[in-house]
Amino acid sequence: MALFNQSRSTVVKIIFGGIFLVILIQLLYLQVFSGKYEQLAMDNAVFPKVRYPDRGIIFDRKGRAILNNTIMYDLVVTPSEARQTDTAGLCAILGIDTAEYKKRMLEARFKNGPYRPSIFEDLLTPELHAQLEESIWKFPGFALVERPVRVYPYHAAAHILGYIGEADSTVIRRSKGYYHMGDYTGITGLESYYEQVLMGQRGVQYMIKDNRNRLVGSYEQGRLDTAAVAGRNLHTYLDIELQQLAEKLIAHKVGAIVALDPKTGGILAMTSGPSYDPNNLTGPDKQQNYGHLALDVARPLYNRGIRGQYPAGSTYKPLGALVALEEGLITPASGYDCHGAYFGCNRPVKCMEKWAGHATNLRQAIAWSCNSFFSDILKRTIDNPTYRNPRKGLTQWKEYMTAFGLGHRIGVDLPSENAGNIPDTSQYDKEYRGSWNSCTMTGGGLGIGQDKMTVTPIQMANAICIVANKGYYYIPHFVKSIAGNHSQDTALQNKYLFRHEVLTHISDDLYEVVISGMQDVVDQGTARVAKIPGINICAKTGTAQNKTVLDGKVIELKDNSMFVCFAPRENPVIAIAVVIENGGTGATAAAPIASLMVEKYINDTLRTDRIKEADRIAGLDLMPSYLPRLQYKEDSVRAFQWFKFTKDSSYIRRYLFAHRR
Amino acid sequence: MSQRNPAISKGVDWVLIWLYLALVAIGLLSIFSVTFREGDNVIQSFLGFKTDYSKQFYFFIASITLGLFILLTDSKFFTATANIWYAAGIFLLLLVFPFHTEVKGTESIIRLGPFNLQPAELCKVFVNLALAKYLSRVETDFTTPRSHLIASAIILAPAAITIAQKETGLALVFFAFFLVMFREGFPAGYLIAGFSIGVLVVATLLVDKIILAIVLSAIAVTMIYFMRKQIKRKRRLMLSIIGIWGLSIITIVFVVPFLFTKVLQKHQVERIFSLIGKENPYAKLNTVEGEEPASTTKKDTDYNVRQSKIAIGSGGFGGKGLLKGTQTRFDFVPEQRTDFIFCTIGEGFGFLGCALVLGIYLFLLLRIVNIAERQRSAFSRCYAYGVASVFFFHIAINVCMTIGLAPVIGIPLPFISYGGTSLLTFSTMLFILIRLDADRQMVLR
Repeated sequence: MALFNQSRSTVVKIIFGGIFLVILIQLLYLQVFSGKYEQLAMDNAVFPKVRYPDRGIIFDRKGRAILNNTIMYDLVVTPSEARQTDTAGLCAILGIDTAEYKKRMLEARFKNGPYRPSIFEDLLTPELHAQLEESIWKFPGFALVERPVRVYPYHAAAHILGYIGEADSTVIRRSKGYYHMGDYTGITGLESYYEQVLMGQRGVQYMIKDNRNRLVGSYEQGRLDTAAVAGRNLHTYLDIELQQLAEKLIAHKVGAIVALDPKTGGILAMTSGPSYDPNNLTGPDKQQNYGHLALDVARPLYNRGIRGQYPAGSTYKPLGALVALEEGLITPASGYDCHGAYFGCNRPVKCMEKWAGHATNLRQAIAWSCNSFFSDILKRTIDNPTYRNPRKGLTQWKEYMTAFGLGHRIGVDLPSENAGNIPDTSQYDKEYRGSWNSCTMTGGGLGIGQDKMTVTPIQMANAICIVANKGYYYIPHFVKSIAGNHSQDTALQNKYLFRHEVLTHISDDLYEVVISGMQDVVDQGTARVAKIPGINICAKTGTAQNKTVLDGKVIELKDNSMFVCFAPRENPVIAIAVVIENGGTGATAAAPIASLMVEKYINDTLRTDRIKEADRIAGLDLMPSYLPRLQYKEDSVRAFQWFKFTKDSSYIRRYLFAHRR
Repeated sequence: MSQRNPAISKGVDWVLIWLYLALVAIGLLSIFSVTFREGDNVIQSFLGFKTDYSKQFYFFIASITLGLFILLTDSKFFTATANIWYAAGIFLLLLVFPFHTEVKGTESIIRLGPFNLQPAELCKVFVNLALAKYLSRVETDFTTPRSHLIASAIILAPAAITIAQKETGLALVFFAFFLVMFREGFPAGYLIAGFSIGVLVVATLLVDKIILAIVLSAIAVTMIYFMRKQIKRKRRLMLSIIGIWGLSIITIVFVVPFLFTKVLQKHQVERIFSLIGKENPYAKLNTVEGEEPASTTKKDTDYNVRQSKIAIGSGGFGGKGLLKGTQTRFDFVPEQRTDFIFCTIGEGFGFLGCALVLGIYLFLLLRIVNIAERQRSAFSRCYAYGVASVFFFHIAINVCMTIGLAPVIGIPLPFISYGGTSLLTFSTMLFILIRLDADRQMVLR
């Protein structure tokens, strides 16, 4: 019988061999051809731990660090190890209740799982840190972890420097995987513009983790790890003391101050009122402070130096004069017989000065800011006999304005600059359906820098640089040099090294006439308050009317006070533009500020009586009168929305009450 | 006796011994590479009986000692006592019911002090002996259905008891003995029928019931059409075709749902469905009490297999090297010292290592078959086939489950998996075989 079934041993062997062959084929597929499993195993077991570099530091022109790094501490918890912790004790130190404690523990578990540390409370105050440092041994599972934070030793330049924050999903997506959730990135200001330079290079430490996500050691003995490369430092043109003075002077005012170095285009100071202390946006109270700033209707987070768009007002007049001179429409000796208004068009343009002979020539017209004279020369520019067509005249005028750097973004090294507006034919065509003439804009006040013309303070300062330089400028910028040469830096810096000879075709004699007029403004004209003994300041005041709509009514506001100047006349080293919203005439608010700035910069110090003057201006409250009402309106609307959304009446109650009363 | 057997080494098949030692060494190395932690003193921890590889090493010493005793035993002892062992085994299995301790969801373990005794594991040896004994009896005529029935009963009795103890995996091992019966003349038709039912069950799981029924009906009709001439001659052919068709339909409609709701445990059903990559449609209907899957989600059921495949797959062609496998070193694969030990080889030594280990196994199996065929006595031959079948079943199912070709059934890889009982059982089986083979010229009854 056994022999009879002998052949079946072969069948058994074939079955054995067959199954083994199937196994071998599957193994071949899994191990040799599939290829995806290696990556899967890496994802399982290797955790790339990011080592954050220190961000670069920003220095002012004298090498003082205006922004620095420091260490703050986060309290982190590993939930699985925190079971034995003295909950009540910890809650007492942190000032929270046990319900909040449990909520945070749950969040931590949810975020990173029970075996990995998550932040329990971030950016501890120094007192809290000291308290916890002493008693951390009582709380197993909790630890204090260092975290680099920005500090601003001079408490200044908030708008310029900007702030950093966690990268949001847009940034992460756009960076093509460079940033991860929780990374910091510059949000505004230089922090944002020079992000590539400041951020440095992240290092990665490959760690092995086990099946519960605990890190158990370094992978491949750290051979694949990369070290973090610290961010590179920026050296700027900023003068931090000048900046501090500017911020002091703009306190309780809405407006902007921009100071440039005409020779290089370097920005010496730039502030926007109301300002804030940059330290408020780092540290433990960051969120709360940000909320206050963001909801303030005076918009302290808004950098008016590059974003505020104002009618140029009379500060435009030196430019208008240069255009008319270059076009040969007037001579330095041309005058206008003004008696308090311009009647060249059907709508009169009022002039501040009524006495006869304040505009007998160009120099005087500038010194006394004669509206009639400049309305007249604008009308002549538009009706330029060379072109015999107001369209061509306007286009030619706009070309000059563009050359002066107006009506387009000037290209400063800060994000979100505004362009201002210089009207062109299409804008008038649109508004007047194609039927307009030179009187349309002259009557509207374009000749005195109003009508449809708006400029930003930095554009104004830059235009004054062109006048001071007699025709050329460098694009205004903050950063003088970047530490450590990199090829990528040239892309950032090249455009600031180019000298834009936009208006050098205007002869120096013509510039001299206008500059003399500007010097007269301070020496004997509208801005005698700005005079500093020993320094020849060339300036132009501006007073622009404005209004706003509140509660459905148009209300006339106090004039915007403007002032532009450069000094000294012989060798200009500083050019300033000041705008104080609703500050009155140019001479009352803006001129004294600019004067103090010039003195501080050129003499490096202020005389004692001038310090008093600075204190007086700093204390001067020129906040627009409509702001409280506007704030109330916005707050109540927000409270109503909050109520609708959450049914929480705690915010809306006070408004309801006030309304009933 | 002493004249016939002057030395215990006489007639011993050294090839088997070497293969055995090689496999145990591979096993020790694998367990070592899973449990070894940097900084441990290797020699010290090997001898300390603290770590798993140390324990396995001592189990190996025990196995060798037991093996020596077996080699010193007379071959006739095994034939003489085969039925007693079998009876004792069944008795032990029944003892489990009143005296079991529940460990990890199985009810098949009796705790004796520090040791866990799993009678079902030992029964493999006893069933093998008893089956060999029955098949080799002079009066057994293995062409009669009666003898087929008795032989099947010998195998299936312990299997049924083991299933009752919720150890379906171990119970399945007993089915391996059908291979022995096949060699001894068990009609292939039965096995083919059994295999067909298996295919039908799997097909039921994969294809919609109605479609499958239509396909089967179509096959039946075409067969009747093409065989109409034979059917005219033989009416019974028609009946058998219709009968098979009817049975198939009953299987699809009633048997399979019954099997999956009333017989198999929920986690086993989950494993089967996770293998074929489908949702378990019977999840809510299952009324079998037993181990609940930790979480009834599909993700959990195939976590083991996924991690195991990642471990083996990431080994690549040449492997990551000893102690370099991240999957196995950091506990990503559950049960990796015992049932999933093959992952360690796959990750550490890659395709080459796997092929080498499988090669050793195949060589061992073929060697045992060859040894079986050179026996003079039917008892030894049947016993050898039994050993080969059990080893083969263990190897095939274990390796297939780690690479995702078979559902996860908790059975160890012979000689390599960590575990005292399994190492002792497999060693015993092998050494009895070596003893019997040493006396291959004798006719044992």
